This record gives sequence, structure tokens and C-alpha cells, in this order.
Amino acid sequence: MKESRTLPTDYVSSPERTSSGRTLRTDEMILNMGPQHPSTHGVLRLELVVDGEIIVDVIPHIGYLHRCFEKHAEHMTNYQQVIPYADRMDYLSSMCNDWAYALAVEKLLKTEIPERVQYIRLIMAELQRIASHLIAVGTYAIDMGAFTPFLWCFRDRERILDLFEMTCGARLLYNYIWVGGVSHDLPPSFVEKAKEFCRDFRTTLKEVHDVLTYNEIFIKRTANVGVLPKDVAINWACSGPMLRGSGVDWDLRRDDPYGIYDRFEWTVQVGKGEMGTVGDCWDRYIVRMREMEESTRIIEQAVESVPEGNVQSSIPKRIRPEAGEVYVRSESPRGELGFYVISDGTASPYRVKARAPAFVNLSVLPEISRGAMVADLVAIVGSVDIVLGEVDR
Amino acid sequence: MEELLRSLIGESWILYLLLAAPPLVFILLYALVTVWTEMKVSAHMQDRLAYMYTGFHGVLQPVADILKLLQKEDTIPTAADRPLFVMAPFLVFIGMYAGFAALPFSSAYIGSNINLGVFYIIAVSSIGVVGLLMAGWASNNKWSLFGAMRSAAQIISYEIPIALALLVAVMITGSLNLQDVIRYQEGGILNWIVFGGPQPLVQKLLLLPFTVTAFFILFIAGVAEVNRTPFDLPEAESELVQGYNTEYSGMKFAIFYLAEYANMFLVSGIAACLFLGGWSSPFGELMSGPLWGVFWIVLKGYFFVFLQIWIRWTLPRLRVDQLMYTSWKVLIPFLFVCLFCVGLILVL
Repeated sequence: MKESRTLPTDYVSSPERTSSGRTLRTDEMILNMGPQHPSTHGVLRLELVVDGEIIVDVIPHIGYLHRCFEKHAEHMTNYQQVIPYADRMDYLSSMCNDWAYALAVEKLLKTEIPERVQYIRLIMAELQRIASHLIAVGTYAIDMGAFTPFLWCFRDRERILDLFEMTCGARLLYNYIWVGGVSHDLPPSFVEKAKEFCRDFRTTLKEVHDVLTYNEIFIKRTANVGVLPKDVAINWACSGPMLRGSGVDWDLRRDDPYGIYDRFEWTVQVGKGEMGTVGDCWDRYIVRMREMEESTRIIEQAVESVPEGNVQSSIPKRIRPEAGEVYVRSESPRGELGFYVISDGTASPYRVKARAPAFVNLSVLPEISRGAMVADLVAIVGSVDIVLGEVDR
Repeated sequence: MEELLRSLIGESWILYLLLAAPPLVFILLYALVTVWTEMKVSAHMQDRLAYMYTGFHGVLQPVADILKLLQKEDTIPTAADRPLFVMAPFLVFIGMYAGFAALPFSSAYIGSNINLGVFYIIAVSSIGVVGLLMAGWASNNKWSLFGAMRSAAQIISYEIPIALALLVAVMITGSLNLQDVIRYQEGGILNWIVFGGPQPLVQKLLLLPFTVTAFFILFIAGVAEVNRTPFDLPEAESELVQGYNTEYSGMKFAIFYLAEYANMFLVSGIAACLFLGGWSSPFGELMSGPLWGVFWIVLKGYFFVFLQIWIRWTLPRLRVDQLMYTSWKVLIPFLFVCLFCVGLILVL
């Protein structure tokens, strides 16, 4: 940690001279942002070295929410039992976590997944992506001082949670996508309600665009702030909207396909630097907004054609995959969520390692926030869209 | 009213107490109403209902809130500078209340009818800054200090556009006495200074663009002066936790809040007095008189309070440097142009 506290090369301290010509000693202040701070989105602690309002350095301290997910996973008596823990990693996109873990174990087992399950999983994951991005956008609005779009976002997220609740009874931690299938079938009115949601949701998106996206103050606060250039983004292994915001056209749903994404018509959204530089906060924000639009398109196409069938494939209650190892990655709302699972042939995994996108994306924070102002740091942290549950696991 | 009271009780301290009381009563009542309004307006903008249980649509909620704040433990952080910490909220309140002294509520009532009313209000409203700085410093909290520093810089910067915008109106009326300024605008909506004042038609039309600009700038700078979104940087909750009032709780916190709400009305009231005819009726003789005067100024002031609430729940917040930029490089140059042109038109 100590090495990172060197000053950036372009930083010039500003000694102020008094009338007698002596230099007034100015000092940097160390400011603790978090773990209880409204804009660190959880229990992140940022140690800021500030010169007035200018940030000289940022040192993120993580680990306040560490719950030993990986160790827990090794001590389960069944592969299925890991899923509730995976739920709790990124608690804003539990469905996507479950799916990624289930994909990994299914790859170990080499099972075939029923067609209906494929559709249900995809619909759920995309609904979850919208719900997660709504929180990202809504809390970002709050970070910028705009309170109203936040509640509009939450109002619509609530409707997604209602859809989840009628399907599996839970609103946050679903334990829905299991290895080999899903826990419950879709309720009869689900398709109708999902369509209704997609229709109404476009209005919300338009409202948020009107009041926030193209608001002059919002643009001033986010454009050209926290610019993450393409090469830096790739070097730091950023993924998800963070990477796409920097103009890298990379989406695992298309580039390393899983599920049935290839059957639907949608496009990968990348930041184009419309309001400033490619890779600034506004680009990351707009990528999320446009991804919600794309997810709505995917859902609309998918609910039209959900086939009939079983929602559980016939796998034994106690799974014992052959010894071996597998790494499966998927596109969670925050980026590349990978599960590396090693099996030793017993009923519980020998090792589960999660590659958490929020953790990797957060690590680039000091790189892009040196020289910014304290208010900009809030904008940058918000645009990274971290979930501390996933950073710390 | 002053003469009446003077003849009744004579020259004594009771007289001054009675004369000083109406603004205080007004501030307290107004704060109750505005807290409720703000919650309801924001809630309806956000698809919520807000208070619904305490009384009809929660009208009693502000009372309940005050009772709660009164009962709260009055905590002072151990590391705080106690005397300054305790004094700060009251100083902020004094700055605001002193401003109300020169705000005319009707043709018959003004706390103190001084000839330099406009100048006086600009001067005393800056006392609040000292209070904010005190609060930030005495809290011994880095976030509070940040907030206090920001608020000092902000309020000092925005005093200038306010003063310049008021000067535009003062140049037209030729008086710094607020009662005189209002009497000058009597006789209906078209005589208001925002529409060029009661000048001959040609001069009026020439003045119109500049008075409107000055009025808008006055309103914008007024919002900044009272630290409301989009200029609420001193208490930016997402950046500075709560800025200078992070460490305050209970009644001291309530007094900060009260001062903020009252300040909202003060800047609105001054804008209304100088540009919108203050207590004079928009329909000329119709509905005018001392009591109607109270109605009109409260209505005009409250309209801008509502506008401030509306803006607050719509716009995001500016950044410190952008805030300074807006004041020094946008508002002030515009006002210099306004001042120059208004002067030229009046001379010609």
C-alpha cells in the first residue's frame, strides 16, 4: 500500500507566499472517506490524500464485508448448497451469480439443460441486469445530488422484484437458478406481467434521460471526469460497462456465448465519448442506460417464445462430478463474473474461486481519480458501480 | 403600526419587542408549512405519498418533528470547541432574522424602516457565513471543515451578483429604502421593475431585457446564497456527508434547518420587493391595502420558495469550480452589462 502513495508526475504543489516573501507551509490532508459514507456504496473505505479539494492520491481499503465465500463453498456437503452463498456475493444481481455458478458445475457434470430452463434463466438474468443497472443509475443520480431519478429507478426495480417474488418467493436473494435447472416454474401470469413491465419501462428510461442524462449540470459533472483510456482499461482487466464505456466492444454474452443469447437480436453498447472523452463517467453511465434498453429488447423477444417443458433436468440429488477443474465466465451486470471450480470427485467442491468483476473494476480507481476533485471522486466511484458484497465476498 | 403602538405604550423596550415579534412568528409558522410542502412536493415528484398518517395528509407531521427534535439528546462531540459549537447555529439564525427586520411585510408593517434597507440586508445576511464557518471549524470534523470552507467561498462569491442585481432595481427607483422601492412600483403588474418599472413605454421596453435578466440572476444567486440544490455544496450529503452540520443534532440542527428555510423566504421576499412590487397588488387599486399587502408579499415570496423546492428536486449538484465559474464568469459579467445598459437608458 505504501508504494502507491507517490505523487503523480504532473502534480505541482502550490506554495503560497506571504507578504514578507516567506513560503507558507501548506500540507496535504489525509481524509477518510468511509466506511460509513453515503457515497461509497457500502462499506468501502477510501483513504484520500487531498490538497484542498484536489485529490493527490486514493487508497482503497476493502475487506469490511468479507464473509469467506470461497472457504464456505469448500465445506458444503453438496454442490447445490453453494448457491445461496453465491446469491450473497453480489446481492444486487443474485440471479446472475447463481447462473454463473450453475454453469460452472453443469460444465463439470457435462449435463444438458432443458430448453425451457435456458429461456427462464435468460429472462431472469436480463431482468436482474435491468434491476442492477437501475440501482447503479439511481444511486449515481444521488451521488450527483439529483434525488428524483433515484426514486423513479427504484419504483421500476420494485416491479422487477415483484416478478421475481411471484416466481420464487424471494425479492433479493433468490436461490432460484439451481444446478441442472431452476427451483420453480414460471407462474401463469409471468409472461403477461413481464411484457407489461417492458412496455412501461421504456417510459421510465425516457424520463430518466430527460431529467438526468442530457441535463447540462449532469453532463458537466460527468463528461471528461475519471477518464479511463482503452489501454488502461484492458491492462487493469476491467470488464462490463466499465470496459465498454472505454470503447472496447467486448461482451461475454456475444463473445464467449453461454445460454441462448445468440438466438436474439440485440447489440453491444459501447461508449463513444459523445459528451467528452471516450471512457469518462458519462460514457460509463450511458452504456448502462443503453444496456437496459437492450435487455428490454432481449426480454421482449424471449418471453414470446418460452417453450413448454421440464424445469429440472434429471440429475442426482447428490452431485458427484468427475475429478477435474473448470473456469466458466459470464457477463454479470458488473462485468466478467467467473467461477473456477475444482472437483475431486466427492459431493462437495474442492475449491471454488470467484473472479468478481466489482473487485477488479475497483482496483483501477486510484489510477483514474488522481488529480480530480473530491466531488469528482464521488462521480468516479459511482460510475464504477461497485457492490461491496462482491468486492469482499 | 409603529406609530399606533408607540402612542399606545410609549417608548419602552416592550414596544421594540412587539415590533420585532411578527417576523419571528411568521418564520416559525412559515417553516412548519414549508417543511410539509417540501416533503409533499418532492414526494409527488417522485411517485410517493410522503406523510399520510399524522393528520389529514400528514399536516401535523412538522409539529411532530419539532417535538421529536426538542426531546432529542443534545450531543456535543468531545473534541468539539464547545462555545463556538453552541454559538454557531444561533449566529446563523441571527444573520437571517436580522435580514427579516428590513423586509416590508405590508405598507403598514416593516420591522425597521431604514433608508439603507437594501444595503442593510446585503450586509447582515453575510453574518450567516461566520456562523457556518464556526460550525464547521468547531465540529472538529474534516468533512464539516470542508463544508464550511465551501460555504464561505460560495456565499462570498454569490453576494456580489446579488448586490449587483439589486443595484439594477435601485438604479431605476433611485432609493435604497425598500418601502420606497415598493411604492414606486404600485399601480399594477406592469409597473413592476421586472417589467421595466413605471417608465414611459419606450424606456420601459428598452429596460425590459435587462431587468428580466437581472431578476433571473438575482433568483439564481439567491438559491446559491441559501445553499439549496443545485448549489448545495456546503452540505452535499453525497460528498461531504452533511457538511457543516454533520455533527449537529437535536434543536441545534433544527435551528440550522429553520435558518435555511427562513433564508429561502428572505431571498424570495427581497426579490419580490425589488422586482415584483413587494406588497403591492398586481391589479392596481383592486385588492390593495395593508392586509392585502401581507397576502401579496407572502404569496410572491412563497411562489419563489416553491420554485426553489421544485428546482431542488429536479437538478443535480454543481461542482465547486463550476459553481465559482458560474458566479464570476457568467453571472457577474452579465450583470455588469445590465448595470451599464440600465444606466445608459435612464440617462438618455
